[in-house]
Amino acid sequence: MKKLITTALVSISLCCLSCAALAAAPIKIGALFAVTGPASFLGEPERNSAQMVVDEINKAGGVKGRKLELITYDTGGDATKAVQLANKLIKNDHVVAIIGPSTTGDTMAVIPVVERAQIPLISCSAGIKITEPVKKNVFKTAQNDTLAVARIYQQLKKEKKSRVAILTVSDSFGSSGREQLKSQAAKYGMQIVSDDTYGPKDTDMTAQLTKIRGSQAQAVICWGTNPGPAVVARNAKQLGLTLPLYMSHGVSSKKFIDLAGEAAEGVRLPSGKVLVADLLPKSDKQKAALLSYVKDYQRHFKAEGDHFGGHAWDAVMMLKGAIERGGDTPAGIRNALEATRGFAGIGGVFNYSPKDHAGLTQDAFVLVEVRNKDWTLVK
Amino acid sequence: MEFLNQTAQYVISGLATGAIYALIGLSFAIIFNSTGIINFAQGEFVMLGGVLTIFSITTLQLPILAAVVVAVAVTTLVGVVFERLAIRPLKDATPLALIIITIGASILIRGLVMLLWGKDTQALPAFSGNDPINFAGATLLPQHLWIFGVTLLVIVGSRLFFHHTISGKAMRACSFNRRAANLVGISVGRMVLLSFVISSALGSLAGVIIAPLTMTSYDVGVMLGLKGFCAAIMGGMGSGFGTVLGGLILGILESLGAGLISSGYKDAIAFFILLLILFIRPQGLFKKGETDRV
Repeated sequence: MKKLITTALVSISLCCLSCAALAAAPIKIGALFAVTGPASFLGEPERNSAQMVVDEINKAGGVKGRKLELITYDTGGDATKAVQLANKLIKNDHVVAIIGPSTTGDTMAVIPVVERAQIPLISCSAGIKITEPVKKNVFKTAQNDTLAVARIYQQLKKEKKSRVAILTVSDSFGSSGREQLKSQAAKYGMQIVSDDTYGPKDTDMTAQLTKIRGSQAQAVICWGTNPGPAVVARNAKQLGLTLPLYMSHGVSSKKFIDLAGEAAEGVRLPSGKVLVADLLPKSDKQKAALLSYVKDYQRHFKAEGDHFGGHAWDAVMMLKGAIERGGDTPAGIRNALEATRGFAGIGGVFNYSPKDHAGLTQDAFVLVEVRNKDWTLVK
Repeated sequence: MEFLNQTAQYVISGLATGAIYALIGLSFAIIFNSTGIINFAQGEFVMLGGVLTIFSITTLQLPILAAVVVAVAVTTLVGVVFERLAIRPLKDATPLALIIITIGASILIRGLVMLLWGKDTQALPAFSGNDPINFAGATLLPQHLWIFGVTLLVIVGSRLFFHHTISGKAMRACSFNRRAANLVGISVGRMVLLSFVISSALGSLAGVIIAPLTMTSYDVGVMLGLKGFCAAIMGGMGSGFGTVLGGLILGILESLGAGLISSGYKDAIAFFILLLILFIRPQGLFKKGETDRV
């Protein structure tokens, strides 16, 4: 008799426990970021931002009363590892959606995995191949290179300049930029008079710039991520190159100004609005989100929030919206994500549709210029 | 005229980069000459020089000269510790095993620096300003003059040391024949340690003077080390003039290749030349072939 009571009690309490667990079971979200390795300048702010937003959402009561649980893995910028970790997230951790990876290479490798498992993926990398053609479960928050290139060409056209020299880094970021610079040149009436590259670890680009100085170019466009472009800016100053120097959004952080020093003065680049959040007009839809992101990031990590971290912020926030509207199943989240309209985040105002899983327009970029070691808006 | 100016700039830029390669090449050669091993952690000594200088200036608030001294001293200490802990205990290891150990050490040092100081690239302010100097239709920076000056000093200094002091001669004796050197009373162990001291000091000095130009981060040593290694190979691993010429030629070839042919093939051109030299003159460009007496 006694034994029976014990068993009954135990089973009742077990049942209660599991009920309680069920009610409070967090919604699991996976994240893949290149926190270490060559792409760590992307992965680290992304991981920080994602964790920061998730913590804040949970503090405010979670999504429909349920907490979010972020499971983050480091891909190290290695596509093979990214695929293994994506499988782990899906099969072992049973996540309902994945944020990341940080680089285009990692994302392209992970796409077949999530498509097979029907798990929505919000990539934080910029490559245009990710969402073109549209894949059912794949979205992204980083602005296309296309838009950044268009923003520069538009400005040059306005200034009636048509001959450009391009200097791109020989990695995936640079070659994607080079492709876009070349393919869009005709559309804006640009003529590429000099086409050069440099290695990601090169420490002297005077040879390339001397060649550009001897060409007919009216502007130089350099496409790379730190520290290469800082070396280019310094070398250009050393050579007394007077041509306007344009950079890519790959260097849109204060770090670039620190590294290039005086040589950064007058350099222009297309950037997400986060750099100039306080300079934006009040009418700008993104302004509120931008200011709060910058402030939160500063408070948590004692560092400036940049637009790379912003990609992860956007991804988590849109995911939150999708879970609120579509429920906690992968299919529901996917459908709700695709229906996201007018979401004003860090990267821009997102409008996803069945035909567009990138969701941004050229307005996502503003053109900024370095003046007195700070960013200013180019009108 | 424009073409001439351009070429002058290519050559000057090439010489400037070449001098850096030469300095690093020299420090490779010094260890090779007394131990017969190639120290692949050499690039990390270069990196440590730059990173530690920046750390001393920004965190310890030292003036630049003191910061340089601290950086070189600490790097030398790292070199000594490395020799004591990883090279000396293995008495009868083959050179191959020792080379693998140096690769391991380079990864370890890089990892530690990454954990201690993060992954960001950092810039050191130039020693004497950033105003370009015009020279024969080309421009160079004051920092380049520093590099040329230090390289020159090091060449003269190493010549004097290796040919006119007892310690230098003893080190050369070790490189020719360790056993014989030991028999005439030279402490080979001490010479090996001395070679690590000199080459880590030299490497870090190179790292300090190039940091204002190339900037520095935990992984900057990899490529610089490789290029310095090329310079040393071109000079036949000698500790003198050959390595310096090797470095300068490598720098000029890279720069001319990038300017006149194609910047995409810059490294390819340099490494192609290296392969060619290894095929045709494996003993180096400027060394007479060695003959073994039986």
